[in-house]
Amino acid sequence: MIRATRLMIMLACVGTALTACSGSGVESVQHGFRGTGMALLFDKERVAAQYAASTPPPVQPPASAEGPTAGQVYQNVKVLDDLSAGEFARVMLAMTEWVVPKDLPPEQASCNFCHSSDLADDSKYQKVVARRMLQMTRDINSQWQPHVGTTGVTCYTCHRGNPVPAYAWFSDPAPAQRPGIVANSAGQNSPTLAAGLTSLPHDPFTPFLLGDEPIRVGGVTVTGNGNRQSIKQAEWTYSLMMHMSNSLGVNCSYCHNTRAWGDWSQSSPQRVTAWHGIRLSRALNRDYLVPLTDVFPAHRLGAKGDVAKVNCSTCHQGVYKPMFGAALAKDYPELTGRKALPETPPPAAEEAPPAAAATVSQR
Amino acid sequence: MAEYQNLFTRVQVAAPHYHGVPHARRGIWGRHSIGGVSHLLGRLGDAQVGPVYLGTLGVMSLLSGFLAIEIIGLNMWASVNWDPVQFIRQLPWLALEPPAPSYGLSLPPLQDGGWWLMAGFFLTLAILLWWLRTYRLARKLEMGTHVAWAFASAIWLYLVLGFIRPVLMGSWSEAVPFGIFPHLDWTSAFSLRYGNLFYNPFHALSIVFLYGAVLLFAMHAGTILAVSRFGGEREVEQALDRGTAVERAALFWRWTMGFNATIESIHRWAWWCAVLCTLTGGLAILLTGTVVDNWYLWAVEHHVAPAYPQVFPPVVDPATSAGVMP
Repeated sequence: MIRATRLMIMLACVGTALTACSGSGVESVQHGFRGTGMALLFDKERVAAQYAASTPPPVQPPASAEGPTAGQVYQNVKVLDDLSAGEFARVMLAMTEWVVPKDLPPEQASCNFCHSSDLADDSKYQKVVARRMLQMTRDINSQWQPHVGTTGVTCYTCHRGNPVPAYAWFSDPAPAQRPGIVANSAGQNSPTLAAGLTSLPHDPFTPFLLGDEPIRVGGVTVTGNGNRQSIKQAEWTYSLMMHMSNSLGVNCSYCHNTRAWGDWSQSSPQRVTAWHGIRLSRALNRDYLVPLTDVFPAHRLGAKGDVAKVNCSTCHQGVYKPMFGAALAKDYPELTGRKALPETPPPAAEEAPPAAAATVSQR
Repeated sequence: MAEYQNLFTRVQVAAPHYHGVPHARRGIWGRHSIGGVSHLLGRLGDAQVGPVYLGTLGVMSLLSGFLAIEIIGLNMWASVNWDPVQFIRQLPWLALEPPAPSYGLSLPPLQDGGWWLMAGFFLTLAILLWWLRTYRLARKLEMGTHVAWAFASAIWLYLVLGFIRPVLMGSWSEAVPFGIFPHLDWTSAFSLRYGNLFYNPFHALSIVFLYGAVLLFAMHAGTILAVSRFGGEREVEQALDRGTAVERAALFWRWTMGFNATIESIHRWAWWCAVLCTLTGGLAILLTGTVVDNWYLWAVEHHVAPAYPQVFPPVVDPATSAGVMP
């Protein structure tokens, strides 16, 4: 009898301990067909904290579209010259809010962050970069709807009040290793956050988000038909997927049915969005950021002298949709295209972005 | 009478030292130490320690093994710039990697996988010499060679992973890195690359025998411990002359499931379960990439993998819709 009582007490203790563990707040949401294990896991506390930190900045009050254009009023306006002077000033104010830190000394604060006393002067690198970034934002919002939808992006999507987005990447400098006959570690085997603290390759960005190395490694037929992708290549793809998972705060089954990773017919529609996201990051790095390398001062460059580049984290920052899908761009139509264009989205919205088709060998 | 009812052996064997059957001295090596008695070891097993017989094979094997571990360990240490603290901290992540795929089966420079080949060679040599040693020691003692052949089954899996399959694939890069996390990540990547090992029938068989061996071990050990109060642990005598311990143990299993092993056959079941685990496992690895590239698609073709209802709107590979082959 005493033994039985002891056993009951022990079981009760174990039960309490297990309940305490499961009370940590991870929510499981069914995503695919029942029994396929396609569940989304969300840490409630983490999501709540991220949500609280995702308040969009206040929208600048609307400006009159009447009057002379910025191109007529100001000199050296190359991108937003189609706006009225009032609309132009509104965008400048918004950009200051989005990108310039609040606590700078007066000579760097506010407009002075990019402009010298002569507003038309291009001597500050920040201004040259900002102009190119405006063109980039227009490109994203007008040409990359398969990824950004009609939600669109503004400077704030990545910058969040910082001059340099908190999540940017530089190419991995060669590991600090002794030269000579010591074995190289094949770009892996040290704990890094980029690879999710695994021993997988720690710079999946250079080959996939700057280069266009093949990401797909699995065979599409039973016998492979000469598929020569190696296990080592699979490790690089695995590392990129770890990055995507971490960047979006989601587990694998957000996009994949894990019994057949490569099979599109069993994947969720989110995988298509993610596919375009990889091409988007690659295009932005190649077309906008790398060409700016010489514009930046040395202290903004990486160990190899390379420019800060974008990956999934740059916009997403741990959330499946940046800022939980806040429609940041809807109040700033000038960030989608020139005023001459109609306000409706371009008809190419349903198709793959022509920019991607032209510049990327689709893998 | 002594009972085995504890986690530890409560019987300390105290008897005159047993030096084994006479054996013909070969070469310069003899048996080492006349042996002693250890109370602590006696709590786990036999209290008598020694004599040890290393012999030429044993010494060569240990030497080769030491060389392999040295090559792996020093390269790992060098990869953290000989920092002893970082070596300990990062040890689970560190590894000696096989050559890159571009080297195929050629001999790469030391820093590009040459060390890996060398470490693999000495590790394999050490294992094969140790196998020969288990075989010869058993023969010397006029035993059967069951232990050696069970060990050979494990060596088969090891050789398939690190040598036979890479050779068939034409690339050393297909082999396993020497490292703690790296070999685990390699395992995941292997399954990712080859379409999910879950659908590999030989992999499934291997798991069946793995779990089967564990289950059988627990059932057998539990049975014998349970009847040790009747002398059940004297299994060898009881194989021929069943006493009440064996009768009760057999009856227990017949009452439980209608059938029981014999005191001899249970050890054959266990031996085959264990040996088939690595034997089928080796087949699973051997066929992967060489014969079957995508095990999921193989399972679909053979009606093993079920189809589930579509719950998402139709998803099409965007690479094909953009007019480019995947």
